[in-house]
Amino acid sequence: MNQEEIRTRVVKTLSGIVPELEPGSLKPGQSLRDQLDIDSMDFLNFLIALHQEFGVDVPESDAGKLGSIDACVEYLAQALRQRAQA
Amino acid sequence: MTAGKVVSWLKKPGERIERGEVIAIIETDKANVDVESFVAGVLEKILVEPGDERLPVGTPLALISAEGAGEAAVAPVAAAPVTAGATATAPAIAPTPALAVPPAPAPMAAPAAAPPGPGERLRISPVARKRAQELGVDARSLAGSGPDGRITLQDVERAALARPAVAAPALAAPAAAPAVPAAAPADSAAARQSRMREAIASSMARSKREIPHYYLAATIDFSNSSAWLAQYNTGRAVTERLIYAVLLIKAVALALREVPELNGFWIDGRARQSADIHTGVAISLRGGGLVAPALHHADQRRLDDLMRGFQDLVRRARAWSLKSSEMTDPTVTITSLGERGVESVFGIITPPQLALVGFGTPVERPWVVDGQVVARTLLSATLSGDHRATDGHRGALFLSALDRLLQHPEEL
Repeated sequence: MNQEEIRTRVVKTLSGIVPELEPGSLKPGQSLRDQLDIDSMDFLNFLIALHQEFGVDVPESDAGKLGSIDACVEYLAQALRQRAQA
Repeated sequence: MTAGKVVSWLKKPGERIERGEVIAIIETDKANVDVESFVAGVLEKILVEPGDERLPVGTPLALISAEGAGEAAVAPVAAAPVTAGATATAPAIAPTPALAVPPAPAPMAAPAAAPPGPGERLRISPVARKRAQELGVDARSLAGSGPDGRITLQDVERAALARPAVAAPALAAPAAAPAVPAAAPADSAAARQSRMREAIASSMARSKREIPHYYLAATIDFSNSSAWLAQYNTGRAVTERLIYAVLLIKAVALALREVPELNGFWIDGRARQSADIHTGVAISLRGGGLVAPALHHADQRRLDDLMRGFQDLVRRARAWSLKSSEMTDPTVTITSLGERGVESVFGIITPPQLALVGFGTPVERPWVVDGQVVARTLLSATLSGDHRATDGHRGALFLSALDRLLQHPEEL
């Protein structure tokens, strides 16, 4: 899965949590919490949805590394690479 | 409900009335409710004018000459008691009691004037009836999902959504949203927001008008809870983790066991404690507004169970699919504005509840422990109490219990 595919699926997953999300207006490097007014429950639900979408269970200690779309893509790409190599 | 006051009449003497038609509005302890006529006929005489004093349930309000029965057959209209089980809900804060048709207060003969039996009468809450009229939904064609088959607001809205677009009522799209497609659900988000705003306005204005609030604040050392939570979540799958709000909910519920005077309702001039602790949790909705549905028996549930329940409530609240019992059952409300860096919240009590508990953001601050200044995670907890029911001392005991409970998160 290349980065663009991951990005598309991350945004799709996010729109399940934030139905009014307009993908075109998302700033990929900016904090998701600030842009989308999501709270800790939304964020946890986002992590659960990512787990369902990608099969990657983000450890609690890594949750802070998924603050923006860019960060999510980077984190997931690495996690998927590691899984493929294992 | 034991008494009510006539707010207004929607019909004048001499006007024709259909069975089930709303003819007056009565103010009760919980909300304004619609009075429906249980007969068809002509309004002969109004017996109680708006603004008169509160009258006991069963007081005749008007005389209606029943259809086909001549002048002699006159049925009094009266307000009936509302049982807890017969409540329906508005989409927001205020519990809306439904008005039931009373047992016949001996109308003057004439079979036509007798109120229909429970099987014949359309069981529908006033708010649902009004909405059905707005949306052009034939309520008589609906199967009610509320208590005793009562038709709820949700039933009406579901029915409206389920109709083909061509049958959608002419509900004007707001000017600000001209791009709403023709096939959009009749009950637009804007309409729902507007209704919710009205309900919040009504409930909060009533609270500030009627409830003499007192406010207390305490700073709680949240470090133990915070550390315990981080450890609990470490190594757990993302589906098994907790958020700190759940610790707060459980701690509030347990503290209420110790100070039960804050848990319950103010009804008919006195406080009524609730044996059950159903915490209403304030959930903000996207696009504005909030609801505070109940997490039932929060004091008796394990944290993981509360977490699942809370997740489910948030999901359904944001999908506008809460159950009526969840809207009417809360015995206290908890609000947390910590997500956006607010340090303290002094909330407005949701009538007829007796208290509201507020939390701010857990923040790291210098704090003195055993004579040493150390960095600790601090949390502001506040209590808004109804001074008719409790005094500040009780409130202080509650906050003190809350503090103590949060020092031992492993026991929650």
